[in-house]
Amino acid sequence: MGNQVSLFVTCMVDQLFPKVGMAMADVLERLGYRVDFPEGQTCCGQPAFNSGYRAEARTVARHFLKTFEASERIVVPSGSCTAMVTHHFAELFQKEPETLALVHAMEKKVYEFATFLTEVAGVEDVGARMEDVVTFHDGCHGLRELGIKSAPRRLLAHVKGLELREMVPAEECCGFGGTFAVKFAELSGAMARTKIEAILGTGANTVVSLDPSCLMQIQGALSRAGLNVRTMHLAEVLASR
Amino acid sequence: MSVEFDQKIHDTLANASLQLAIYTATGRLKEKRIEVTAENVLPDYQELRTQANALKKHTIDNLDHYLEEFERNVEAYGGKVVYCKDATEVSDFVLDLAKRRGSKLIVKSKSMTTEEVDLNERLEHHGLESVETDLGEYILQLAHEKPYHIVAPALHKTRYDVADLFTKALHVARETVPEKLTLIARGVLREKFLKADIGISGANFLIADSGAVVLVENEGNARLTTSAPKIHVAVAGIEKVIPRARDLAVFLKLLARSATGQLLSVYTSFLAGPRRVGEVDGPEEFYVVLLDNGRTRLLPDRSKRESLYCIRCGACLNTCPVYRKIGGHSFPWVYSGPIGAIITPQFMGISHEPALPFASSLCGACGEVCPVKIDIPKVLLELRGDVKKMEAREGQNRMEKLAFRVFAWVMTHPRIYEMAGRLAASVAPAGDGKWIGSLPAPMSVGPMKAWLSERDLPPSPSKSFREMWRNR
Ligand code: SF4
Repeated sequence: MGNQVSLFVTCMVDQLFPKVGMAMADVLERLGYRVDFPEGQTCCGQPAFNSGYRAEARTVARHFLKTFEASERIVVPSGSCTAMVTHHFAELFQKEPETLALVHAMEKKVYEFATFLTEVAGVEDVGARMEDVVTFHDGCHGLRELGIKSAPRRLLAHVKGLELREMVPAEECCGFGGTFAVKFAELSGAMARTKIEAILGTGANTVVSLDPSCLMQIQGALSRAGLNVRTMHLAEVLASR
Repeated sequence: MSVEFDQKIHDTLANASLQLAIYTATGRLKEKRIEVTAENVLPDYQELRTQANALKKHTIDNLDHYLEEFERNVEAYGGKVVYCKDATEVSDFVLDLAKRRGSKLIVKSKSMTTEEVDLNERLEHHGLESVETDLGEYILQLAHEKPYHIVAPALHKTRYDVADLFTKALHVARETVPEKLTLIARGVLREKFLKADIGISGANFLIADSGAVVLVENEGNARLTTSAPKIHVAVAGIEKVIPRARDLAVFLKLLARSATGQLLSVYTSFLAGPRRVGEVDGPEEFYVVLLDNGRTRLLPDRSKRESLYCIRCGACLNTCPVYRKIGGHSFPWVYSGPIGAIITPQFMGISHEPALPFASSLCGACGEVCPVKIDIPKVLLELRGDVKKMEAREGQNRMEKLAFRVFAWVMTHPRIYEMAGRLAASVAPAGDGKWIGSLPAPMSVGPMKAWLSERDLPPSPSKSFREMWRNR
């Protein structure tokens, strides 16, 4: 396989956190990859899928399949959006064998960013440096659907100057959950506050995650509470030097 | 969302002492489960889960066969199986039995199935006295409340709550030491056991090949309930049947560990038929009530019927970040937490509380701990689809449907998507660092308003990723 990779930056990074996408491209290029950005890309369809609108999710999923058909490997700065493609697209096309075949082919090409680095690129030390005390937040879909646990931690362990402190409990949801965050806003906010207590318990200055959506929830709640803890995507940490 | 659901969630979140009680109690159960299922303590834990899942799948796929076998074997031992389709049929059966035998007093051991059909209330309505003998259930009966949790029904009550309750309801001196409170309850309940005519229990498992009812408990009250009175009635959902006694080797290892973090519960009773000639104890009559109450509705659905695999261990509740915030009584039916969220809409119909399958962040913690490996998040997602189909049929929630149609259209037209994104960004407050705490009134509506009610919003970046990419 060549060293070409395509970015699927996700609609959230495209619209709200473009620096995360740029950082991811930076790290990949530094490792010698040729990076492209298929312009037709939009969203994976997860918002519709999680809200029960399967027909609409199917439409968006089809668009994704078409946009990335020619890509050899696709890297995504989100465990949740990766899992949508690798774990849920298939559910959407159970009754369409031809599309299902495309989905299965796609599942093998799509990688969450940290996993891509450790599994495909085979690196743990990307040459990053960041003087900071950080804690890592496991996004639920990355953790439970993709089984990502050690990859980001190994990558962080090699960042010079960085100290990682685990929060307790580490694996509890931040309360984002897509439309859940607005349909059950008060509950979602209460979950975020519990997460923040765990974060504060570590004394870290920075919360790192693989998922922009968790970071939006956590940063939004930190900022509302007037707390001086920042959030960063793993790609931004790894791009620091 | 129904006003009631919304209000209950709000009230629970706003009650600081209740929040602490729920979080602490579930946390303790969760920690204990983690300890006893750890790799070094139970190396074959995952393998056991896989086996339990396969056994349940096989049984539910062949439910008619195993129910018939169970019935034959119960009858061979001199017991009787009664099929009931709903709550009324269960209470009618018990009422009729009580009338024929002239019974006035009933003792009950813990059973979610009888809670599900409001059996106590129905019996009391007809002048019978029906007393809960599990300590937690007894506390709730005195408090006129439904279980807060499927395993630890009075999980939300502190010992001070119980002290107040006992003082008021039983007219005893106030005690706050748990052991003393237990003794008070025990004193009252012993009397009831001795006088009761009928004992009603639930069932953890029904064994097809031996016609036995298996009861798992810690207090010993279920043993008394099923042996002291002349008549024993076990009430169980039809999904409780398992093929063979030896399958228990798998389920018993998982049940206590998942439920309370014990290696085994204190008492595991096997009850098959009434007292036989030469036996010194046991009831004279033995009935097993097999309840449908919506369960057979799940059978045609190959995907969602895995919801029937549940062994009611409560592990999913203890680990669920939503249950741990909103507690048991926010849920619209007696079954709470993740399992409640998937079976309530299926047993009662989705319109019972259409918002229920949406009250989840889909974090997946439940599926990860479920000893029989029910893919709860998957079922929730399917139920969400069912709710939206129902709404479309009935012409409800039209605006949301329209919004998602627009979403799908925009997301399949990249140029429009880009324009829409930039348009939104141009009206949104910009700035490259500071998060936004409030928006001007006309913009702070719907989801925006809901988001801002709890959190700040990210500032809109001056360029989208694709613009930055083009310019680099
Ligand atoms: S769904 Fe699974 S975890 Fe939840 S109560 Fe049932 S068996 Fe236990």
